[in-house]
Amino acid sequence: MSIFEYNGSAVVAMVGKNCFAIASDRRLGVQLQTIATDFQRIFKIHDHLFIGLSGLATDVQTLYQRLVFRHKLYQLREERDMKPDTFASLVSAILYEKRFGPYLCQPVIAGLGEDNKPFICTMDSIGAKELAKDFVVSGTASESLYGACEAMYKPDMEAEELFETISQALLSSVDRDCLSGWGGHVYVVTPNEVKERILKGRMD
Amino acid sequence: MECVFGLVGNGFAIVAADTSAVHSILVHKNNEDKIMVLDSHKLVAASGEPGDRVQFTEYVQKNVSLYQFRNGIPLTTSAAANFTRGELATALRKNPYSVNILMAGYDKEAGASLYYIDYIATLHKVDKGAFGYGSYFSLSTMDRHYRSDMTVEEAIELVDKCILEIRSRLVIAPPNFIIKIVDKNGARVHATRQSVQDVTTAAV
Repeated sequence: MSIFEYNGSAVVAMVGKNCFAIASDRRLGVQLQTIATDFQRIFKIHDHLFIGLSGLATDVQTLYQRLVFRHKLYQLREERDMKPDTFASLVSAILYEKRFGPYLCQPVIAGLGEDNKPFICTMDSIGAKELAKDFVVSGTASESLYGACEAMYKPDMEAEELFETISQALLSSVDRDCLSGWGGHVYVVTPNEVKERILKGRMD
Repeated sequence: MECVFGLVGNGFAIVAADTSAVHSILVHKNNEDKIMVLDSHKLVAASGEPGDRVQFTEYVQKNVSLYQFRNGIPLTTSAAANFTRGELATALRKNPYSVNILMAGYDKEAGASLYYIDYIATLHKVDKGAFGYGSYFSLSTMDRHYRSDMTVEEAIELVDKCILEIRSRLVIAPPNFIIKIVDKNGARVHATRQSVQDVTTAAV
């Protein structure tokens, strides 16, 4: 069994009209045993920038702490928040730094850039960026997420419809994956508002 | 084999651990205390490689006490847990400690809390947690009977249910357990559950 599947995870991000949504499951497991059902995989970097980290939970926590640290240094030096594409390059560089002993997680980065243009991107564990203009997925449920997103996604959705779509895509995908699930955590980000919602799904 | 588990009740946290020191098929002793009183209001129940367990928990204890000595204020349970995670995470990619930890504590502000930290440095705040072979039985017993508003008597009854389940369903069940509690009055031993006494001299 792959080390990426040790804790189980599902992370997805979608682009809407001047908005984006990022969602994850809430399970923390050790292989088939569930430890907790309120684990956090999506983190806020600033009001318009979020990162979801799938994969090994310990590296999710370590990597998140390093990223917060680097972003704080950036804020002090530049007196502004980081742009999403800059942040993606930072994550990529931090991951590639550990090319031969990587952090075992696959990040999903979602943010609103200049003129509220949504930006989403995913990466492998050694920082190879993969940009997309519709949706990105990662985690143990990524295969089923691809299918669900492919079927449900429409371009230029408004925030509410985007929330509905990403939630349905997430919930239907994790039901086909033993290692992820136990509800979901969804953030919908528009230029003036961040909406955070907890989903209940099949809680078994 | 090793059984360590714990839970948070109304204003207190309880941790229980077996007291067997086992090497392959040999039982060396039946009164090995695997729950360290970290400071006045913290407990660390650890399982794993015996050498690492003693070395690492003592290292954490001394550093927590050093912090208190230098700054005049004790670390909160959350801070101590995050420190422990940090040390495990740094060690993870160099010379890992094989220790799984349940850290229980009581703070004036946060109340009683329990932290799950495994040997790969996954940190999570839980209501109930367990490590080792006993976890297969104690987790499900706790899932069935746990409530967040339990009194000490109810919680001890639940701990006894878990021990009973382990003793009756686990082939390699340890005979003796120690139960410690932490609440506003501090961390201390609450009880022991012994089914075998330590043999002092060989039978003639």
